[in-house]
Amino acid sequence: MSFFALSARALAIMALTCFAASATAAIDPQTVRDLAFGGSDDKIKAIGALAASGDPDALPLLQALLDGEVQTLGTDQVLRVNGAGAEAPAVDLITGKALRELPESRDDIVINNRVRKTLGTAIAALKLSTPDKSVRLAAARELQNGADEDTLPAITNALVNESDPEVKDLLTLTRAAIQLESKDKATRLAAIRALAESSNPRTKTLLLGVLERKGDSFAEPDPELRAEAQKSLRAVEGRLATGELIGRVFSGVSLGSILLLAALGLAITYGLMGVINMAHGELIMVGAYATYVVQNLFRQYAPGAFDLYLLCAVPVAFAAAGGVGMALERSVIRFLYGRPLETLLATWGISLILMQSVRTIFGAANVQVENPSWMSGGIAAVTGVVLPWNRIVIIGFAALVLLLMWLLLSRTRLGLFVRAVTQNRAMASCTGVPTRRVDTLAFGLGSGIAGLAGCALSQIGNVGPDLGQSYIVDSFMVVVLGGVGQLAGTVYAALGLGIVNKFLEAWSGAVLAKIAVLVFIIFFIQKRPQGLFALKGRMAET
Amino acid sequence: MSAAFVPVDALSGPRSLRLLSAGGWSFYAIAAVTLFVILPVSHLAVPSDSALHLSDYWVTLIGKIMCYAIVALAMDLIWGYTGILSLGHGLFFALGGYAMGMYLMRSIGRDGVYQSDLPDFMVFLDWKKYPWYWSLTDHFWYAALLVVLVPGLLALAFGFFAFRSRIKGVYFSIITQALTYAAMLLFFRNDTGFGGNNGFTDFKRILGFPITAPTTRMALFAITGAALLGFLLLARWIVTSKLGRVLTAIRDAETRVMFSGYNPVYFKLFIWTVSAMICGIAGALYVPQVGIINPSEMSPANSIEIAIWTAVGGRGTLIGPVLGAAAVNLGKSWLTKAFPEYWLFALGLLFIMVTLFLPRGLAALWTARRKWT
Repeated sequence: MSFFALSARALAIMALTCFAASATAAIDPQTVRDLAFGGSDDKIKAIGALAASGDPDALPLLQALLDGEVQTLGTDQVLRVNGAGAEAPAVDLITGKALRELPESRDDIVINNRVRKTLGTAIAALKLSTPDKSVRLAAARELQNGADEDTLPAITNALVNESDPEVKDLLTLTRAAIQLESKDKATRLAAIRALAESSNPRTKTLLLGVLERKGDSFAEPDPELRAEAQKSLRAVEGRLATGELIGRVFSGVSLGSILLLAALGLAITYGLMGVINMAHGELIMVGAYATYVVQNLFRQYAPGAFDLYLLCAVPVAFAAAGGVGMALERSVIRFLYGRPLETLLATWGISLILMQSVRTIFGAANVQVENPSWMSGGIAAVTGVVLPWNRIVIIGFAALVLLLMWLLLSRTRLGLFVRAVTQNRAMASCTGVPTRRVDTLAFGLGSGIAGLAGCALSQIGNVGPDLGQSYIVDSFMVVVLGGVGQLAGTVYAALGLGIVNKFLEAWSGAVLAKIAVLVFIIFFIQKRPQGLFALKGRMAET
Repeated sequence: MSAAFVPVDALSGPRSLRLLSAGGWSFYAIAAVTLFVILPVSHLAVPSDSALHLSDYWVTLIGKIMCYAIVALAMDLIWGYTGILSLGHGLFFALGGYAMGMYLMRSIGRDGVYQSDLPDFMVFLDWKKYPWYWSLTDHFWYAALLVVLVPGLLALAFGFFAFRSRIKGVYFSIITQALTYAAMLLFFRNDTGFGGNNGFTDFKRILGFPITAPTTRMALFAITGAALLGFLLLARWIVTSKLGRVLTAIRDAETRVMFSGYNPVYFKLFIWTVSAMICGIAGALYVPQVGIINPSEMSPANSIEIAIWTAVGGRGTLIGPVLGAAAVNLGKSWLTKAFPEYWLFALGLLFIMVTLFLPRGLAALWTARRKWT
């Protein structure tokens, strides 16, 4: 049945139901009688007819039948029982009239297992034609676990009209699985050929099932079909490998962008200013909690604009973390310039205090930060590989932050001052650069970027008091690997580490990958103690 | 970072006596009498309702603190005297503990929950035999050897590569932190074969003695005390030797030491390895007294806490780390019981205050009053 025929019919029925509001007489009375009074075979036939009709009223009827809400009265009346409290306690399904009283002597309709099974598949097939995607998806899943050849026409029908790739994928697979069981060789061959086009990982299982050996014989007796299945399998595997590669590179880049965000702030405070800030991770956490607070405010005072909360959270997170950072610089860190080991210990103390404060204020448990609706979901790059929107947005966000930071450092007066103080503090001071204030501002900038990282992280992971701890070692590794004082080095190191990490992960598991990367860095530092991109020229050892 | 040191020549007499001044030796004697006579008697002989009785709680706590003091001392050798801040000393401590733990696990025998020859966690993982690195660990002498060898060899290899390529300062600290972090992740895995998250616990006996018996505990206590006093002397001997002078020189001006014809790599490597081995022994003494070892001992936070014990006590003095470890841990055990939510605030403030206002630690208060070296 074509889409147009279906919708025309739906329109007609809508018109009809508008005309007689309480009527449900759209279904052929004979079919209803077969359902109610016929033997099992009659029932199955009637169910099949309803499923094939694509009638919107068929689904509620079949569902009601399955739930035992369709009952008979005497030998010719079929009722849909809505319960005693409902507006219309029962509806006569043949005449379409609503009954005011619930008649006493009703009988249940006998549904044996065979009918029940048919009923289940028919309901699923009907659900496949609903406009709601989640209903269709659920139905497709249900079909996957128990469909037989009877549902084949319904699935084929649905496939013609289906536009959602996920549902379509599932249905194609189910159809192929059913066809592979067929007794007809041509059908099986067609199914195997069709599977070659799929890039769903489960296709592989299906094809491997065809090639499986059962004792002395094969699951598929025909050698020609087996050869065809081999061919399809190779095609699918090839496509899957490409998809996997794309997926892995993407998750590598995604991890890299997160590392980059976490490390960019550090590249300023540690790389440029030489301040080793162990509380950097906690500044990230401050940014994440700032996002959480903004989210809650929006939810409470402007639920309509909830989707926009993130745009508001970005500057708030920057300001919160930047403010904390500047306060720290003013109160503790400035007294420790030139004493890196002491700075390390003092900032560790700060990190403990920040962590415990957050625990006291927000509780020790993780808090929920929701994605705005425009960040949920994803785009399907290749079938089987979905790139989530929130990660894509974060990659873009990291690039934007990087660009802004580069502009700030190379094109503004503050950037000029920061670079001047980094290169030669005494000389900068002599030419009138307010070095103290530049220190504070630069530290605030680095901390603010940590806050931005926290805002981004809140969109993809848990937000809890320990959030920062899990990133501090990684972000230091990025800065150390990239070379101190080098933005470009930080970028390459972050992306490189992200991708290498993800590839190793697929090969050896997450923990071993992490260890391997750490060991690699330790050895790398042996070769290039100054990082990937060392400053050229002779640097005096300090 | 300049700590006052007294020239060796200022002290006279044969080398062994010259190690400490007369006051130092008498202090030493008092400490020994307290640890080996007074406290054991008050724990074992004095009836438990007497005010002079030393309770189990205090025996465990003091024993633990003495282990920590040994670690702080090891940290002081590498940080206070040589100027290298290690954020990975918790790893060496834990490795020593794990080596001892392996022996203790095997001496449980068939008394575990599953009554198997294998430790419970291996039965749980459905392992049929010990992995190769567990072989021979049922012999105490071999486990004792591992206690020193494993941290020592790891430190030697790591230090060799690190010092050779002149990684120093904060770089070195961060890399050691990454090292202990990686090790923690490794030990958290069940497949590594060290009990995963739970580590080793439920020990029953050591060298045939029941591990919870008061006399066994007291013996462990006394051995720990002896180790602490012994390591104090060893450290004293190292830092007053010519080698110790070079180490201090490396701390204060490494390039100048190089220009004077010394190769700092081997000096650093020596003290780094010694420090790691001392940590390993402290860990081995810690585990039977506390009764558990798990990967959280390797967390970066633990290692950095070791640094703060040393800093609180006073870097570049030998009594300082011992004082610092005792003060911080007594404070911790009191605060975590009385005001659990404030302990991290206190610890954080301690980090900040000590670095800002008391860079030479508690020992500086002491030496300000009286020159005790």
